[in-house]
Amino acid sequence: MVVALILLLVAIGSVLFHIYSPWWWTPIATNWAYIDHTINITFWITGFVFVAVIAFMAYCVFRFHHKEGRRADYNPENKKLEWWLSVGTGVGVAAMLAPGLVVWHQFVTVPADATEVEVMGQQWQWSFRLPGKDGRLGTSDVRNISSDNPMGLNRDDPLAQDDVVIENGELHLQLGKPVKILLRSVDVLHDFYVPEFRAKMDMVPGVVTYFWIKPIRTGTFDVLCAELCGAAHYQMRAKVIVDEEREYHAWLEQQKTFAELSSGNAIVKATYQAGGK
Amino acid sequence: MVDIPYDRIADIPPAEVPEVELYHPRSWWTRYVFSQDAKVIAVQYALTASAIGLVALVLSWLMRLQLGFPGTFSFIDANQYLQFITMHGMIMVIYLLTALFLGGFGNYLIPLMVGARDMVFPYVNMLSYWVYLLAVLVLASTFFVPGGPTGAGWTLYPPQAILSGTPGQDWGIILMMSSLILFIIGFTMGGLNYVVTVLQARTRGMTLMRLPLTVWGIFTATVMALLAFPALFVASVMLLLDRLLGTSFFMPSLVEMGQLSKYGGGSPLLFQHLFWFFGHPEVYIVALPAFGIVSDLISTHARKNIFGYRMMVWAIVAIGALSFLVWAHHMYVSGMFPQFGYFFATTTLIIAIPTAIKVYNWVLTLWRGDIHLRVPMLFALGFIITFVNGGLTGLFLGNVVVDVPLSDTMFVVAHFHMVMGVAPIMVVLGAIYHWYPKVTGRMLNDALGKFHFWVTFLGAYLIFFPMHYLGLLGVPRRYFELGDAAFIPPSAHSLNAFISVVALTVGFSQMVFLFNLAWSLFKGEASGGNPWRATTLEWQTPETPPGHGNWGKELPVVYRWAYDYSVPGAGEDFIPQNQPPRATQVVQGAAS
Repeated sequence: MVVALILLLVAIGSVLFHIYSPWWWTPIATNWAYIDHTINITFWITGFVFVAVIAFMAYCVFRFHHKEGRRADYNPENKKLEWWLSVGTGVGVAAMLAPGLVVWHQFVTVPADATEVEVMGQQWQWSFRLPGKDGRLGTSDVRNISSDNPMGLNRDDPLAQDDVVIENGELHLQLGKPVKILLRSVDVLHDFYVPEFRAKMDMVPGVVTYFWIKPIRTGTFDVLCAELCGAAHYQMRAKVIVDEEREYHAWLEQQKTFAELSSGNAIVKATYQAGGK
Repeated sequence: MVDIPYDRIADIPPAEVPEVELYHPRSWWTRYVFSQDAKVIAVQYALTASAIGLVALVLSWLMRLQLGFPGTFSFIDANQYLQFITMHGMIMVIYLLTALFLGGFGNYLIPLMVGARDMVFPYVNMLSYWVYLLAVLVLASTFFVPGGPTGAGWTLYPPQAILSGTPGQDWGIILMMSSLILFIIGFTMGGLNYVVTVLQARTRGMTLMRLPLTVWGIFTATVMALLAFPALFVASVMLLLDRLLGTSFFMPSLVEMGQLSKYGGGSPLLFQHLFWFFGHPEVYIVALPAFGIVSDLISTHARKNIFGYRMMVWAIVAIGALSFLVWAHHMYVSGMFPQFGYFFATTTLIIAIPTAIKVYNWVLTLWRGDIHLRVPMLFALGFIITFVNGGLTGLFLGNVVVDVPLSDTMFVVAHFHMVMGVAPIMVVLGAIYHWYPKVTGRMLNDALGKFHFWVTFLGAYLIFFPMHYLGLLGVPRRYFELGDAAFIPPSAHSLNAFISVVALTVGFSQMVFLFNLAWSLFKGEASGGNPWRATTLEWQTPETPPGHGNWGKELPVVYRWAYDYSVPGAGEDFIPQNQPPRATQVVQGAAS
């Protein structure tokens, strides 16, 4: 029976494709291997069900396809079988859901020692902000945004003065240090997405969202926007670099604080105005 | 013990049924154009939906050309790409699938299957179609207005949808919202008809538990649509007000093109909640009619009663009810309150249980059947494979933490195309092969049908199965070009090119189907009234195609459930629902 054989080959082919596919997730760079494990559990359970159902179907087509004189059974219900199948399905579902919820609990529980980093999205670029020496980020508001204050920080907030502001640059993170990534947008929805981190979250204007990670290997990673944000969505890129402690601090030294940038801009502006008049 | 509903069906005496007063058409215009006959309205719905569906098909080719061969086709730019994906998605989900299943199959099959002469409100039913047509025309007009159609993605998320960084911000988004509002008005008129007809116009003896599953599927989907579409309606109105009058329902303080905008105080997440409160039931609004129809295709062509009918009915109702409690699984990474994740992951995975029961019962119906591998049955088998595949990947995306890496990647695109694109379309095609003889009185060509099935099924599988793995790799969706990204190997680009070639092939193979539809209308083999030897009432009409009023002088009387196939002792391997027990006895006597 050609039809039964093709149906069976679809199931077998899918499994072989899964095993030999060169397209698989990127080497992980954070603590979220738990997520990968949950995906693997899900693959095993769903893969088994997929093959079992298709193979059973192919067998039925092979064994019971129409021949002269064949007559179907009359068999409206089988309560027992239906209950067993429901219970079995319930167990399979629980086996996927339980680890999923446990890992979700970890995902939404930020460790107390996590430092904060802010990522700001706007059409179509990324900006970053680190808390500076005081370890705290200052307040911000879109209404403060101007050409010399593109992140909209609050000039009157003392906590904001030492915040490290990185415009159009790269974000560095320190290896092994848990970090809570605060996400903010000033125009439309964006999504801070680094495939190797596994975690992602939308950035919504008007609210601050977050996720947390602990980088577990050094390297340079692509940042993409994963939530459609308009015409140049596909070009909204940046890089995140995970450094060893020494390199991280060396990089941090070179960055400018909000106060430095503001006064710098003020000086430039003053010079320009003086020179112009 | 197996309990057999057939034995429990009481002998209901035939009753005199007075002829119902119908509006009788007096001219060609009222017979074929402004018709109040549900069967004509069904064909009008189906033709209009298919026509706009062809537009969506062409858009998918353009998208695949760009994705498979980026930079090759200079006539596609980033703005147009976004417009293509938006229009393709919106057309397929709403204007094709919803309209075809409910307006098309619903209108044709409900009155015939429940033994009614027509829908209960024929005039409103006619209006429903004309308002739908207007909605389609408004939607299609966006291709010709300044700035073109909206490119906000079919989800139309604000703030992006109404700001200037998105194509179609001028006219496109306004007309899109207007078209949706019209669609919902039109649908509501039709939907009330379907529900009231099923509840009030069933013929004598047609109890709810004797309804064919097709009717159960369409009925439940319509009830859901009547409850879900209002959420989209208000979201559309509010977004339109934000765009036109400067209200801020969904718009917080924000910067537009470097300037502080006039908006402030609104919530973008509110729109997402409204959208998905409609959007998730919408998945089942498309799926439940498909579930119902495929059950009847399998049963008829396997010559066997559907296994576990009562469980199948309750599964449809349970899925319909549960689907209103899962909407936020589309929003796990939207930035909503993270603790919601536990609730929505649990409800979402619970839906898998009634859904799995349906799958088991379909394949168990095949067990010890007498399987005729005719074209409708092939499509039903294709549906089971693609639906099982797409349903199982839903367990990845529904399980909140697994969704985090996969959301917004090609995995999602592959998943929803498999489960609510390919699978329902398999059913649509199978259903057309199945009911075309009743609609036209002629059979579709079998050889062309088989060719059409194999290319469509295997092709669609080759398109969407490997696409999941691009998503696992991390390839994001809605990208005009992937550009430079270290994690995307060259082989991923080759896979994209392969998918595009297959997609074009599958697309063109649909032309064979269209040719078959047109050719068979004139040259097809005459089918007679009941070519598949099926039990349900639509096959027992006195005329084929059925005339206005469906049943001639007297309405049929129903004596049994819809699945009396291969009843032991009966002479034929099917007993129509309207065959009295006495007549069956005679047949049984003759056989023994």
